[in-house]
Amino acid sequence: MSDIKNIRDQFVSKLKDELSLEEINTIKTELFGKNGQISSVFKTVGSIPETDRKNFAADLNKIKDELHSLITKKIKENETKEINQKLEKEKVDITLPERPFVRGKIHPVSQTIDEISSIFSEIGFSVEEGPDVENEYNNFTALNTPDNHPARDMHDTFYLDENKEVLLRTHTSPVQIRTMVKDKPPFKIIAPGRTYRSDSDQTHAPMFHQVEGLHIDKNINMGHLKGCLNYFIKEFFEVEKIKMRFRPSHFPFTEPSAEVDIGYEIKDGKIIIGEGDQWLEILGCGMVHPNVLKNVKVDPNKYQGYAFGIGIDRLAMLKYGINDLRSFFECDYRWLNHFGFDPLDVPTNYRGLSR
Amino acid sequence: MKITFDWLKDHLKISAKEERLLEKLTDIGLEVEGVENLSEGLDLFKVAKILKTEKHPNADRLKVCDVDVGEKEIKKVVCGATNAREGLITVYAPPGAIIPKNKTKLVIAKIRDVTSYGMLCSESELNLSDESDGITELSSSKYNKSIGKSFFTEFSSNLIDLSITPNRPDCLGVRGIARDLAASGFGKLKQAKEQKIRSKKAQTVKVKIINEKNQGCFSFGSCLVTNVKNAESPKWLKDKLISIGQKPISAIVDVTNYVMLDINRPLHAYDADKIEKEIVVRNSKSGEKFTALDNKNYKLEDDMCVISDDKGVLGLGGIIGGTRSGTEMNTKNVLIESAYFDPRSIRKTAKKLNIDTDAKFRFERGIDQLSIEEGLNKAAFLIKEICGGEISKIDIQKINTFKNQIIKFDPNSFEKVTGFKISKKNMLKILENLGFKCKKDKKVFKLTIPSWRPDISQEIDVVEELVRIVGYDKINIQEPVKERKKPTLTQSQKLFHFLQRAVASKGYLEAITWSFTDAKYNDHFKGQNKELKILNPISSELGVLRNSIFSNLIMYMSKNIDRGIKDLSIFEIGPTFYGKKPGEQNIVVCGLAAGKKSRLSWLEKERNVDVFDIKRDVVQTLVEAGYDLEKFFIDDKTPDYYHPGKSGRLFLNRGKESVAAYFGEIHPNILKQIDMKTVSLLGFEIFLDNLKLPKKLLKDQKTKYSVSDYQKSERDFAFIVDKKINVQDLVNVIANVDKNLISNIKVFDVYEGENIPENQKSIAISVTIQSQEKTLKEADLDKINKSIIETVENKTGAKIRS
Repeated sequence: MSDIKNIRDQFVSKLKDELSLEEINTIKTELFGKNGQISSVFKTVGSIPETDRKNFAADLNKIKDELHSLITKKIKENETKEINQKLEKEKVDITLPERPFVRGKIHPVSQTIDEISSIFSEIGFSVEEGPDVENEYNNFTALNTPDNHPARDMHDTFYLDENKEVLLRTHTSPVQIRTMVKDKPPFKIIAPGRTYRSDSDQTHAPMFHQVEGLHIDKNINMGHLKGCLNYFIKEFFEVEKIKMRFRPSHFPFTEPSAEVDIGYEIKDGKIIIGEGDQWLEILGCGMVHPNVLKNVKVDPNKYQGYAFGIGIDRLAMLKYGINDLRSFFECDYRWLNHFGFDPLDVPTNYRGLSR
Repeated sequence: MKITFDWLKDHLKISAKEERLLEKLTDIGLEVEGVENLSEGLDLFKVAKILKTEKHPNADRLKVCDVDVGEKEIKKVVCGATNAREGLITVYAPPGAIIPKNKTKLVIAKIRDVTSYGMLCSESELNLSDESDGITELSSSKYNKSIGKSFFTEFSSNLIDLSITPNRPDCLGVRGIARDLAASGFGKLKQAKEQKIRSKKAQTVKVKIINEKNQGCFSFGSCLVTNVKNAESPKWLKDKLISIGQKPISAIVDVTNYVMLDINRPLHAYDADKIEKEIVVRNSKSGEKFTALDNKNYKLEDDMCVISDDKGVLGLGGIIGGTRSGTEMNTKNVLIESAYFDPRSIRKTAKKLNIDTDAKFRFERGIDQLSIEEGLNKAAFLIKEICGGEISKIDIQKINTFKNQIIKFDPNSFEKVTGFKISKKNMLKILENLGFKCKKDKKVFKLTIPSWRPDISQEIDVVEELVRIVGYDKINIQEPVKERKKPTLTQSQKLFHFLQRAVASKGYLEAITWSFTDAKYNDHFKGQNKELKILNPISSELGVLRNSIFSNLIMYMSKNIDRGIKDLSIFEIGPTFYGKKPGEQNIVVCGLAAGKKSRLSWLEKERNVDVFDIKRDVVQTLVEAGYDLEKFFIDDKTPDYYHPGKSGRLFLNRGKESVAAYFGEIHPNILKQIDMKTVSLLGFEIFLDNLKLPKKLLKDQKTKYSVSDYQKSERDFAFIVDKKINVQDLVNVIANVDKNLISNIKVFDVYEGENIPENQKSIAISVTIQSQEKTLKEADLDKINKSIIETVENKTGAKIRS
């Protein structure tokens, strides 16, 4: 008994030293190798008197297990240390740049269209579309603007043929006509899209974007028009209150017609929407003219409603502080990168229009 | 339309301030576009006295004057006027003053080495008269004590610029505006004092309107004023015209302009002695010519309404007069014309000849047909008052008699349209103030529409009048109801938005470019399409509708590269056109990628963007949009603007119904021709209208979930095949060997060169084999292995590489 106790004590103390993996393996052999000290003792177990044998064997097994686990632990410690030393050498300058990535962007006009659609979606409008090339009838005549009407002067039209029968639509209003001809009332649609006028300077581009709105039902009046636009503008500019002014105007396809101004002020060179004593015109609207309804075979005695047309580019400029309309279409990398939106920024009602 | 508050007060009794006026105008639909203070800075002009003049040392015709401007310091002013002399009292403008005539701002200037502090002004420079010969001479008795005081003592009221909508011709005269204001409760409209001509003298110039088809003149009133002495207009008249920015010319012309601006009654004045025999109002004949008052020669077409005499055309009725019969300072006998011309005829003629005049602007919008006599009365008496002479009787020829329109108006329609109520009494008051004659007829009003309101023809127009005058601010807001009965977007609209954002998420910047383009650029990309010319383009560089988005995109890509951005991806989603009929357009997502990947990267080797980059962008986008990659079919037939060897066409399935996309290198010749400086340029087009909408909704796609948990094995093969065999076919052959067991096929190497026979290539493929039902045994795997090799060798002529 004392023998094996001596062996135990001797090796436990040996294993307390700092040892290399090699040294530990040597100890392991010394103990458990073929002629190792523990192995040798095991061989003698048979010769021990039967009365003591059981206890002796139990003690021996205990010591064997103890030394075994000590060695295993020692090996693990060593391995860990070795790995750690190796890793220490592998250290990189983590401040070096990551692998390059590129970021795409969504054009502010597209983003604005999505915002607008999202807002009108909430109050039940659905999106309609129409072609960019229109016939003269849908663009003018059906909209109560017959040939030789001075209101046609307000639209500098691009024509595609000598007879001036096909043109690039000057507004999104022909979508009203197409929608009403195609379906039956009630109608509740918006129609965003490209529009064209042969006009080009700092504040006019030959192509721009409009969104048309149309709501026709049995009892839709100017109060609904005002409510709808008031709601839209508040939501769009993401403000609690908005100063808004309805002002009489004239469009051949609506009667009565109005233009809508919003209040603003300039603070530190930046435009602040909603307050202030300056007015900015942002859209045209009105009650759909009975002549227009007659043209699309909707009975104006049964149905009435409103229509509006909003300049999308203008709204985007106001909301996002863009000064030059022409820059929208010049495709300058720096501009697109600055004013563009991350493709994951999809305007939604639940998450909010913008971050 | 330009007005002043002072002029309005000729027609309106009012005590309110101008600020209130501006608000009110806008509130009733007469939008104030701008307010200009014409007399701003006029107080700088001083009465001054020349103390001494000396000859300019370096210029014979110039003088250097010492001028007393009422300050301590005597000003030295260089002056070229011959009448500049010692003791003369004149008008001095200091540096900083703006000369009324040419709007130039004075600065301290060196004139031939002598510094001049300001300027001595002529009457013409001050807009006082046309006298430009010499500086203003002020009477010394009257101005001697005013040296240093402001020369201008009366300042005109602000010039208010109104934007009058095309439906309101009546507001192209000051009185019309006053009437609207009065109806809205802003002041009271003064009764017009109309003095009527009661002459016994005959109007001796015979006038005849030919009653023919398309006759543009319905009635022609005239009055002759004989023995006049044309002169400069009196101050009140000149001031009036100047106050709204018009230039006084002569009394006769000024009077006709004044009547037009005051009551919106365009007139024309002829020198009666220049009219050959008689006036005939008729349709022109093609080829007739005349010289108009704008000094341009016009060649007429058939059926334009002309005023003519025996010698030919005198003028275009309602648009512009001719030089032959124009009044001059020595005109003795004036014939005043006050006529009614059909708006349609005016518009047609003016458009064809491209003429715009004040008269044309008014006649095409519709002039009060009953204002002919009022105009003649007013003008004739004014001419007589200023120029003397005798007034003849009024002569009116007409082929058409005007009758006021009468419409029925149901007062309930007001609330139906506006959503709020006003009393019938209030309605009647407003309408009467606007000039309607109202009669109650049971429950409706019978309204006689004023002759000056051609825009009103039905009930809704009357509602507009009422709500406009009552005020749009009275309309109550009806909050919108938040309910949705129909989906906001259709499937294809959703696809549009999805593709837009999917492409952007691959690193492309979204651009929006014109729908039209430069024919030169379009030529490269139009493929089989016709060129679609715009009749009246904004410039020749934007002369055609785009057949492809590439033309614009490549032009802007080139600009960006010139800005020094070498590696860039841009895209646009929008229409391209294949015909001029509405709807002959497609929605295309078109992208361009230029330059290199990993430029100046410390980590990776840089390389040019290549066709497999752009292919990934297209394929990934389509897969993300819900299309099945396994079914895609690609071949190499692409339009000629792509590199013939490095481009592809993608179909959503082997049926090859319609092209889903093209992708590839842009043809290097095009880059050369447009002088584009980039190491590589790749492009793609995805045709939205050719993409069949995914049949299954997202929710349906998700329902069936099945995966195999049995062991999978990978087997690698290397085949040597003819170079012409494409990988897609090889992979398809393998996939079809056993669709149940072959779950994935991956190409991991393509090699040509050493150890491979010429015209052949080695393709290395890894095939994943997995069963849905059991763990495959070695024998099963060997069987399918063998089958793959045999099938590939048989179908493609390939040889397995040992």
